[in-house]
Amino acid sequence: MNMEKFIEIKDVTFSYINDFDEPPTKNTVLKGVSLDISRGEFVAVLGHNGSGKSTLAKLLNAINLPETGDVFVDGMNTRDEEKLYDIRKTVGMVFQNPDNQIVATVVEEDVAFALENIGVEPSEIRRRVDEALKEVGMYSYREHAPHKLSGGQKQRVAIAGVLAMQPECIVMDEPTAMLDPIGRREIMETIKELNAQGVTIVLITHYMDEAAQAGRVVVMDDGKVIMDDEPKKVFSQAEKLRSVGLDVPGVTELTHLLIKEGIALPPDIISEDECVERLYEILKKD
Amino acid sequence: MIKDITIGQYFPGKSVVHRLDPRVKLGLTVLYIVMLFVASGFLGLGVGVIYLLLAFLLSGIPLKMMLKSVKPIVPIIIFTGILNLFFISSGEILFEWHFIKITTGGLRTMIFMASRIILLICGTALLTYTTSPITLTDAIERILSPLKIIHFPAHEIAMMMTIALRFIPTLIEETDKIMSAQKARGADLDTGNVFQRAKALVPILIPLFVSAFRRAEELALAMECRCYHGGDGRTRLKQLKTAPRDYIALAVTLLFLAAVIVLNIFVKI
Repeated sequence: MNMEKFIEIKDVTFSYINDFDEPPTKNTVLKGVSLDISRGEFVAVLGHNGSGKSTLAKLLNAINLPETGDVFVDGMNTRDEEKLYDIRKTVGMVFQNPDNQIVATVVEEDVAFALENIGVEPSEIRRRVDEALKEVGMYSYREHAPHKLSGGQKQRVAIAGVLAMQPECIVMDEPTAMLDPIGRREIMETIKELNAQGVTIVLITHYMDEAAQAGRVVVMDDGKVIMDDEPKKVFSQAEKLRSVGLDVPGVTELTHLLIKEGIALPPDIISEDECVERLYEILKKD
Repeated sequence: MIKDITIGQYFPGKSVVHRLDPRVKLGLTVLYIVMLFVASGFLGLGVGVIYLLLAFLLSGIPLKMMLKSVKPIVPIIIFTGILNLFFISSGEILFEWHFIKITTGGLRTMIFMASRIILLICGTALLTYTTSPITLTDAIERILSPLKIIHFPAHEIAMMMTIALRFIPTLIEETDKIMSAQKARGADLDTGNVFQRAKALVPILIPLFVSAFRRAEELALAMECRCYHGGDGRTRLKQLKTAPRDYIALAVTLLFLAAVIVLNIFVKI
């Protein structure tokens, strides 16, 4: 893998200031976070509510600016206002609720929205919109009204809307939280497909099984990064995860219980398929 | 349920009328309205009727939709009709009883005005039948865009209309959900007098407003992430282009308008 630093988060702090309180109160959400993300990586960011993971996501395309510290995207500082649109073109963002990020009343018009904003030629918009819709498998719905689509389909349209900008990185802030299991699977497949094509993915989630599919898992707690490793290594530390209010994936949980019962399984199983395979081997021997 | 409400009353189709440039179509509608107001006699209105029927036939919209569009304004027609009938006194007296007097002049004006209103509504309804709200918004933006020189926010207005159209179904769905949720908690929405019912709507409207504001905030964020920065330097996926059929339609309409003016001058009916 190319280890060049693509996104660089350098000792960042961030606070929300509540002006309604008297005197105004300051809620520090990020307390010194440093993180490097390389081109083409698939990073999952885990953390329970209030751990600062969504705030971290919004730092990556200059929606939030750090209080102290700096964020660099492909060498551009997010504080640099002249580079604002270049940064947002490089790092696209998909949010939780698909309903609240679709602007237009026709699917293809919505996908075209970002391109219209950055002033792309109409013929080029047409080409990129078609390409983006095909990539997420929504091309045949291009003339539909978004409100008639299912949640998963709407979210795929939202992804296409970001994809049309041809970003190098897509940050997804809990994109599956409001979807049913089918919608979730559709989105995860789309994400993996995009990553395979070289798009850097930062997936903010609180679903362990989704994080397990990433190449790298970052665990946040109370505004700090407390774990940053391969999924296998992160999920084998079940105790530590539980101490910050997170769970391990169901399969890992099962594996640990089986190990306790004296069954010789490796402790770092995170996928169902792997678990089935190992168990099958053991049962075959008996 | 309320989910079935269609916004505008667009009938998708591929007829000549559907395919006219929406800007031209708006212009034609304005010309048609002018035609109706210029017409001073029934013959003039007759030209308007022919024009309307022609447009309806070309659009492939069933004629009964024309009648349907008139339905909501029947009370207005009756109201203005009664006013005209009783308050205009010219020509021969047909009927007199105490202070009520019906004259031929009043009768004529009543019929004339009612026909004019009906024609007006049918014509404008055809515009919304054959043009989707979003295309119409687009046309309005483009027609108003020269006014940007005097800082008229044409793009912003069009954007707001688009977003409103986009969120109407979403908010209707949400209202449905909130109503069910409140009913499940024992809210009584269907009984009582008008005031009690209006009061019962408060627990529905408040959550709806709160959620609308939340949605607005998230949408603004999502739009910013997609580099939205107002109308400057924006391009469009769909370009509006006028075709020969637009000019033909315009010529035909002007011809009809001319006919009405000529009738005004030479025929007094």
